[in-house]
Amino acid sequence: MLNRRVARFIGVRSARLVLLLAGVAVGAFLLLEASPLDPVDAYVGAEIARVGPEQRAMIAERWGFDDPAPVKFARWIGNVAQGDLGTSSIFNAPVTEVISTRFRTSLTLLAAAWVLSGIIGFTFGVIAAMRRDRLADKVIRWLAYTFASAPTFWVGLLMLALFAVQLGWAPVCCATPIGVDPATATLGQRLAHLALPAITLSLIGIAPIALHTREQVIDVLASDHVTFARAQGEKGWPLIRHRVLRNAAVPAFTLQFASLSELLGGSILAEQVFNYPGLGRATVEAGLRGDLPLLLGIALFAALFVYIGNLLGDIIATRIDPRISLLDRKVGS
Amino acid sequence: MTADTTLITTSLDTDRRRTALVQLTVAAIAITLTLVAASVLAPIADITDLSARRQPPSWQHPFGTDRLGRDMLARTVVGLRLSLGIGALAALISAAIALVIGSVAGVVGRWVDAAVSWLVDLFLSLPHLVLLILIAVAVGRGIRGVLIAVALTHWPTLTRVLRAEARRVTASEYVTVARRLGRSETSIATGHLSRHLGPHLMVGTILLFPHAILHEAALSFLGLGLPPHAPAIGILLADAMRELSAGSWWLALLPGLALLLVVKAVDAIGQQIRALTDPWSVHA
Repeated sequence: MLNRRVARFIGVRSARLVLLLAGVAVGAFLLLEASPLDPVDAYVGAEIARVGPEQRAMIAERWGFDDPAPVKFARWIGNVAQGDLGTSSIFNAPVTEVISTRFRTSLTLLAAAWVLSGIIGFTFGVIAAMRRDRLADKVIRWLAYTFASAPTFWVGLLMLALFAVQLGWAPVCCATPIGVDPATATLGQRLAHLALPAITLSLIGIAPIALHTREQVIDVLASDHVTFARAQGEKGWPLIRHRVLRNAAVPAFTLQFASLSELLGGSILAEQVFNYPGLGRATVEAGLRGDLPLLLGIALFAALFVYIGNLLGDIIATRIDPRISLLDRKVGS
Repeated sequence: MTADTTLITTSLDTDRRRTALVQLTVAAIAITLTLVAASVLAPIADITDLSARRQPPSWQHPFGTDRLGRDMLARTVVGLRLSLGIGALAALISAAIALVIGSVAGVVGRWVDAAVSWLVDLFLSLPHLVLLILIAVAVGRGIRGVLIAVALTHWPTLTRVLRAEARRVTASEYVTVARRLGRSETSIATGHLSRHLGPHLMVGTILLFPHAILHEAALSFLGLGLPPHAPAIGILLADAMRELSAGSWWLALLPGLALLLVVKAVDAIGQQIRALTDPWSVHA
């Protein structure tokens, strides 16, 4: 019985994922098909002056640039189904390879920012709720609303100007020191290069999690079981720790996993500011120089990343709160 | 409830209304001043003065000057005007899309509703910035590209709100009663639905506006938005990034701060109008 429900859950979720990816694939393909960029230009790149009209025709013939859109789409999607996303013209490497190396660099940054924003946001939320309507609460709420409207790239620039240029505490760019082979960089060097971009990126995520946790903790503090615990003499931090944190943590986790989408988007800006050679920089490069296969690959990858993030959030929620069941709930929420 | 507490709650309510009105007025004045300053300072925004290059803020140039000696205050306010213009237009287009799709989904049958929900999910399945980049690449850079990209990506969340509201109203008892009394669908739509959707639409549109402004700035900052010579905030900050190692901190700090303040002002207008139009949020 249970196994059949698990199978059904996996089935429905996989079907939704396939449908979603198909939608993203068709949509992104149509968009880029409409692009005024010339795929031959993107293919030849810097050699553009040395390529004559005959060679251009040969390139177009070789890669099928002049075929009708449905033919091109069928060819592309057929290759995608076999795990071949095409070749990135600007990196001169298979798209899958570019995405996997770039994403591995980004992953450190994303993970650091994600953990930081989760911990700081949750702590701020709990403090604000405990000190409701007092100074600490007002300051935290004001900061949260301000961070929510501050452009990420501007915050990054300020960090760079203050800590890297004026104070010289942190390096100005990149993921590893300039002139050092990235493979041989030490952990300390990597951390030093990671600090500023990670803090910048974490600021996006703090506001929603802090404000949401605050509401949640206030609700839980008003609940019957907390009143009962208070009546028994519990108070202060032990009360929060034993009676409130777990209840407030469930929605915080869900929200934190749902924020992966915004985190990935923000990483594009943070990587641009700090010249961090991850997937975000690759996205901008691909957009600026018209590397359409890479853009399509990144779109599919981003959709998959966001979907998996949300799914993990749902699964983890059931682990913290035994009352939530993935299987009993109407699938598809 | 005693007379005393009634008195206290009433005075609290008027107080909140008054704060809402004050904040609304201050924010509106700030935006108007920015627009006025932009028209006054527009003529000097592009004037280069090579004898006054990279000057830190002073009385003559409150925001300093850039590497060509152009006055940064003038460039910033002109950029803000551009941002406000693009943001307003994009938010209006987004809101129109959301209104049409959201109310159709809420009123017409299940299949349309399911299709709309799926479309909303599809648009939200990609990080916003990735979607913006895809659309900007598709339609080409420049003002038209930014406008289309920002307008086409901000409708999904508002659509969700409007759809839920439309469904709530059409399923409500008084609409059922109105139908039984023989009122036509059009009269229900104009008499009941539009009155409920109206406030949501207005507040939703104003609250879309800050997002639209920030996304325009982000796209321009990445080099995928407005052309590099335009005095847009995103462009100014991208220039500032290249000048950062020269120590010209004011080029990054002040235009960004001005953008933040404008975004907060627009957001405040939206929040306060919501507080004033929605009785529950004022008398909470």
